[in-house]
Amino acid sequence: MNFGIIVFPGSNCDRDCAHVLSEVMGQTAQFIWHQERSVKGMDAIILPGGFSYGDYLRTGAIARFSPIMDAVVEFAGRGGMVLGICNGFQMLLELGILPGAMLRNRDLSFICEDHYIRVENANTPFTNSCEPGQILKLPIAHAEGNYYTNSVTLSALQANAQIVFRYCDGEGKVTSPANPNGSLDNIAGIRNAAGNVLGLMPHPERGAEYLLNNEDGIYIFRSMIAALEAHQTPQPV
Amino acid sequence: MKAKIYITLKNGILDPQGRAIQQSLQTLGFGTVGDVRLGKFIEVDLSETDTTSAGNCIKAMCEKLLANTVIEEYQYEILEA
Repeated sequence: MNFGIIVFPGSNCDRDCAHVLSEVMGQTAQFIWHQERSVKGMDAIILPGGFSYGDYLRTGAIARFSPIMDAVVEFAGRGGMVLGICNGFQMLLELGILPGAMLRNRDLSFICEDHYIRVENANTPFTNSCEPGQILKLPIAHAEGNYYTNSVTLSALQANAQIVFRYCDGEGKVTSPANPNGSLDNIAGIRNAAGNVLGLMPHPERGAEYLLNNEDGIYIFRSMIAALEAHQTPQPV
Repeated sequence: MKAKIYITLKNGILDPQGRAIQQSLQTLGFGTVGDVRLGKFIEVDLSETDTTSAGNCIKAMCEKLLANTVIEEYQYEILEA
């Protein structure tokens, strides 16, 4: 499968994604510069982590208006699979493809450490190789991961099983102490209503290799590949 | 003309930076300090001569880019520069 990785000024996880997809997963990964206007017939698009435009104004707020974004929005609208990781998740929120917004972390610090997340919905193109309730350990690295939305939207996310990952402890219990950043309802990742777009704060690409002593991130990429191969999402023209 | 734009988190949304500043001020002995909200201040020069159209222009900028209205609210004033 062909994965397009959008590169913004300040992206810093683009190469990690490409490495995992090509070297670990055996797929094709291609970089797409943010000034381009086409996603070039890719099977899936990744908005990588980093600090696009230095996080000026708000995280993802400037990147959201990059020339490539019209093509990404159109791709997502056609049912194309889009994964936003960390800064990529923040862009999806700024774009309005996913609901809500990110606030500064509850304790104001930049958090860079491994955290447990629980798979709340294993019936998505991003989690189909996980068991429901499976616990993944993945690195997080952000200062603005404190997910917020209004109570109406939160209820809709809960009712539609759009909350895909929640922060939990090592036993899978979703508790306040297991919440690293103050995120509403311990939310670590959500999908859109149609199910073809996922945003998450943890970095699967930073924990997807035996050499790194963490392969949990592989579940997400493996799921995407399986979904693409099974045509679970409509194939972009 | 010049626009002065103030962006803050909406009431009811926890402002962790404002809270840290509040605690620091209280620690320094400013006992009368209540709630503190931290926001952004943006100045924009406009080649506009009409105050109403300048205001409309700034409002559109705030809605589209300068503020995230999911979490933030904005105020602005237009000054004859």
